[in-house]
Amino acid sequence: MEFLAAGFIEDHIVPKFNYWIYVILMMIGLYAMITKNNLIKKLIGMAVFQTAIILFYVSIGVKEESGIPILSHGQHHAIVDEGRPSEEVITKEKFANPLPHVLMLTAIVVGVSTLGLALAITQRIYISFNTLEEDEILDQLRRGGHD
Amino acid sequence: MTEHYPVLILLVPLFGALLATLLGSERQVACWFTALIALGGSSILAIGNICALLASAEGELRYRMGGWNENSGYEVGIELRIDMLAALVVAAVVIVGFINTIFAKTRVTGEMREKAAFFYALNQLLIVGLCGIVMTNDAFNLYVLIEITSLTSYALIAMGNRRAALSSFNYIIMGTIGASFYLLGVGYLYIKTGTLNIDDIHTVLQSGNLWGDTSITIAFILIMLGLWTKMALFPLHGWLPNAYSYAPGVVGSFMAPLMTKVMVYVMLRIMLWLFGGEYIYSSGLVWGELVIWMSIIAIVAGSFLALARTDIKKMLTYLIVAEVGYMVGGAWLANGAGLAGSMYHILSDAAMTFCLFLAAAIVILRTGDHRLTAFNGLFRSMPLTMIGFTVGGLSMIGLPPTCGFFSKWYLISGGIEAGHWSYVAALLFSSLVNAVIFFRIFERAYFGNLKGVADEQLPDDGDCAPLLTLERVPFSMLIPLFIAGASVLLVGIYNNTLVSWLKAAMPPL
Repeated sequence: MEFLAAGFIEDHIVPKFNYWIYVILMMIGLYAMITKNNLIKKLIGMAVFQTAIILFYVSIGVKEESGIPILSHGQHHAIVDEGRPSEEVITKEKFANPLPHVLMLTAIVVGVSTLGLALAITQRIYISFNTLEEDEILDQLRRGGHD
Repeated sequence: MTEHYPVLILLVPLFGALLATLLGSERQVACWFTALIALGGSSILAIGNICALLASAEGELRYRMGGWNENSGYEVGIELRIDMLAALVVAAVVIVGFINTIFAKTRVTGEMREKAAFFYALNQLLIVGLCGIVMTNDAFNLYVLIEITSLTSYALIAMGNRRAALSSFNYIIMGTIGASFYLLGVGYLYIKTGTLNIDDIHTVLQSGNLWGDTSITIAFILIMLGLWTKMALFPLHGWLPNAYSYAPGVVGSFMAPLMTKVMVYVMLRIMLWLFGGEYIYSSGLVWGELVIWMSIIAIVAGSFLALARTDIKKMLTYLIVAEVGYMVGGAWLANGAGLAGSMYHILSDAAMTFCLFLAAAIVILRTGDHRLTAFNGLFRSMPLTMIGFTVGGLSMIGLPPTCGFFSKWYLISGGIEAGHWSYVAALLFSSLVNAVIFFRIFERAYFGNLKGVADEQLPDDGDCAPLLTLERVPFSMLIPLFIAGASVLLVGIYNNTLVSWLKAAMPPL
């Protein structure tokens, strides 16, 4: 039972809990996408899967004791760290890395449009098969042969 | 002006797509004309791009989006990077798109009806996405462009019947898993290197000697899994046959030659330029052997599955699965001949798949039958279409002087050089199976009894109204087929030039 040893939790789970959460969410999403029979449930799985990756990216941009990368009023608009009193110095340690967050804005847009398109296609499937259960759809196709 | 060609290749069809949407389906001919002009313009620009590249001494063109100053010290701008491989693939993409637009003119009325404007818009967007994938030098932009391409292709496939909608749904699920794995891999690379520019990632990996790092290995595995899903390498191919065969004819005919090939290009790009040959082919990694065995399974399984199909388009889609195996295997042989064969096969496979899908679309349209029985007696009733089909088929088998022969030649010599006899055997086996598949069709077409192709058998979707042209197949469909057939031969005849260009573009192994 080495897994449950206190040292394991302290060494591997607590400092990396964001990674654990994203992996667990991702696996939930993947499981739903692969095993669920209902098409809408598959799409919910897809949304969870994509959100897990967004969470991963957002969490890697965060640093301890850092703020948003916006200069407040009165600060000099120059990023120099020599020859200034220490409270005025703008160092990279004070700011979170904005790039992963900005990337995720794009990824969210991509995710939303994929989900929207998938729902529109699901609606078409429902109109023509009158069901959203995958096995019933396949059953109809098998009975109907080619169309 | 020349330096702006790369971005113009993207912008012209992008605005063409907007214009086609604005014009609306009531002005269908205007939409068609817009697409034709935009993609034609892009084709000319892409050829100009190749010429500019041949004239330049560096062997690559870099375009900084927004004129970002390169003297800022570090790479923050977004960059397009075009070497000879990229220029040739871009040219292939836009030219296939252009020719398919000519082909689409008469079919769109029948297959799309009121959605014609959207077809032309999505068609151009797909080409923009594919060109962007090929030219971009930014790992995250690559993800966004892959998703743009995938989204447009989901929508285009779903334009078919209800089976098409279901196949499109499965493609969305598989495609999203693939793209998300790629994105995750890029995240790991970003954590380790702090940059997204492909060349910069390579430099940081090299200078920091990060090769042995677990994160880099994980990133590599995730990216490769994602790309293999997208390119339908054998066990991950489940979405492809249905999606391409139930898609409307004009959609399948340009998606089948382009999508998987561009993904193979991305794989080569990631392997050789992002991670670099010294990592990929290093003796410490067991992937090489494993991936070649996967490609062998893909080749054999794809060929068998194709042999078992009686549906024309299904058969052709399983052949694509086998061809993907050719290219992936060639890329992992770790020698120049295999890589050159893999790169050359991207071009030659695009040409021959395009040719076969165009011919199949015409045959299915003309006979109203989507099974192999459609070919009965066709050499008598539609000889011109069958000439096109024969050229494509012979190229799939690998007879000179078609391009299929030369790409197999390079791949096999790469396999021999690497001492990978099982890969060589798989290629020869696939050639034999293709010979059986296509000679079975040729036999039907020569000796089979012509079924009564009566007028009532023709699909009544409006486009088969008496057309006063040769064998009642409109010229707008025959000419694209002939261009595709001619390109199969030309790519084959000029293989020496093309391969020498590709070898010059290859990074040192």
